[in-house]
Amino acid sequence: MKKLMKLTAIALASALALTAGTASADKLKVGFIYLGPPGDHGWTYAHDQGRLMLEKELGDQVQTTYVENVPEGPDSERAIAKLAETGHELIFTTSFGYMEPTLKVAKRFPNVKFEHATGYKDSDNVSTYVARFYEGRYVQGVIAGKVSKTNTIGYIASFPIPEVVRGINAFLLGAHSVNPDIKVKVVWVYTWFDPPKEADAAKVLMDQGADIITQHTDSTAALQAAAERGLYAFGQASDMIQFGPKTQLTANVNNWGPYYIARAKAVLDGTWSTANTWDGMAEGMVVMAPFTNMPADVAALATKTAESIRSGDLHPFTGPIRNQAGEVVVPAGAVADDGMLAGMNFYVEGVDDKLPE
Amino acid sequence: MTELIIASIMTMMTAATPLVFAATGELVAEKSGVLNLGVEGMMLIGAVFGFAAVTLTGEPLLGLAVGILTGLFASMIFAVLTLSLLSNQVATGLALTIFGTGLSALVGLDYVGKTIEQIRAIDIPVLTDLPIVGRLLFGHDPLVYVGILILFLTHWFLKHTRWGMILRAVGDSDQSAHAIGYPVIAIRYAAVAFGGAMAGLGGAYLSLVYTPLWAEHMTAGRGWIALALVVFASWRPTRVLLGAVLFGGITILQLNAQAAGLGIPASFMSMLPYIATIVVLVLISRDATRIRLNAPACLGRPFRAER
Repeated sequence: MKKLMKLTAIALASALALTAGTASADKLKVGFIYLGPPGDHGWTYAHDQGRLMLEKELGDQVQTTYVENVPEGPDSERAIAKLAETGHELIFTTSFGYMEPTLKVAKRFPNVKFEHATGYKDSDNVSTYVARFYEGRYVQGVIAGKVSKTNTIGYIASFPIPEVVRGINAFLLGAHSVNPDIKVKVVWVYTWFDPPKEADAAKVLMDQGADIITQHTDSTAALQAAAERGLYAFGQASDMIQFGPKTQLTANVNNWGPYYIARAKAVLDGTWSTANTWDGMAEGMVVMAPFTNMPADVAALATKTAESIRSGDLHPFTGPIRNQAGEVVVPAGAVADDGMLAGMNFYVEGVDDKLPE
Repeated sequence: MTELIIASIMTMMTAATPLVFAATGELVAEKSGVLNLGVEGMMLIGAVFGFAAVTLTGEPLLGLAVGILTGLFASMIFAVLTLSLLSNQVATGLALTIFGTGLSALVGLDYVGKTIEQIRAIDIPVLTDLPIVGRLLFGHDPLVYVGILILFLTHWFLKHTRWGMILRAVGDSDQSAHAIGYPVIAIRYAAVAFGGAMAGLGGAYLSLVYTPLWAEHMTAGRGWIALALVVFASWRPTRVLLGAVLFGGITILQLNAQAAGLGIPASFMSMLPYIATIVVLVLISRDATRIRLNAPACLGRPFRAER
């Protein structure tokens, strides 16, 4: 019984357990706050890969710590403050919901540098960073437009925020660039990580005729559900090919490593200053997993599309773009500016859904 | 259209199955007079150990067995505390859920992000190919049938067998059952064990069949839904099936409504099963005799033998 109780105590503590090693004065201590477990093979996994890359690159100069499964909102404040209190000089908070807590803690620790992923508020010691995932989603759309036989794509969306809406729009624009008959069905699951629910959503979308599933949630469940029915899907945040060797067409791989290395170096040589980074394929923050399970000509087209985005010849949001009411929001020849992209709260014409308020 | 309806019903049945398992088990425990709020925890324990077993051995059946056994083991912790040591059932049940959540997360650390071969739907050549009814009746994964079978066996056991009646007597009046000479505590141990085994199986169904992966807290409240379901069914096994399809079905339906672009707010649809539970509670509470007929009178009360 005593042993069991000890186990319980360990288990309960594990949600907030720090995996810190021994402290040492000359190393830069870098902290990470994760939303899920590093083993989710999605969002958190990608951040953890970045952390490992940072450790490998800077070796003895840095020491990294991560706290996993930190719920968004007020609870995260304690976890962030704990890292700041224990001598971490650079702290990455890797989910949208950590925005206010990060700013609050940053105020209390003016000498600690904070980096908040996907947010839009900064301060003297808080930078923001996010990747142009929509570039990868446009490429996915092009592939889906060519591969789909039912012309119906299932899109599992998390929360109706600009980041997600932008992804849906980019996907649709990509698909319509090669096949104007494509319909995109959207299901909102209101969670980032709930495998059974993600699987439910995938099944329902396939029930309604979708033969390709793409997702803006973090687990591999949707891809596995598509694999069970012998249909296709896109991986999300990391290469998920091992979960569906005959299912994954490609995946958006979030490559945070180079950014983490650059920011840690900046702290080490004293050049760190507040920045708002929004990098895409050109900078290598968004990488496409190999194009698999598709005909060679589609793979070639996908490669070409990705190349054009990388070189800057192609912007996914190039006009004319209409909203669902048919009004032109981006005139022909123009591209959507970053302001519009960052605050995107409308669907482009052709999305088969009504945006939740 | 028919294709869509069939597909939706198929998906609903898989959503209902973990609820059928967990609720049937809890129903039996409650019928014997024990309220075990640890269903969620036991499901998680069954899910993680079942998944671990399949990862290590590659044997799906062994995974299910391990899920059952570990769920049963977890319920025995609860049984010792509440039945032998007479601790408060509500508090102990809640503790079991918290314990199960933590233990499963700890055990599951090594299994996050691993994948296994899923238990697939059965395929009986001629029968499954029948139009419409073929897939509806014969196209599910084997555990869907096991769930329904267990449900009806439970119904038959409680209603038509001697030991079923004794179990109900223990739940309705422990002192009288004891006075006649029935082993109240032993019967409750057995009922709680069945509840734990079924919760474990429900959990293993989630991690082995529903989504073949382990994720922390992957039951996402299904244990609590199972508890509500027992009340919703007013302690009758046959109604559990109806409730499970309704509760599981609404989740699927709300996603379906979204995918079809019907514009019904998802949060409204997710609320429906709980509204239904409250309505049922109000309805059965209006008629005191009807509650007395079905609800175990000694539910949640500790039993101490009086000489």
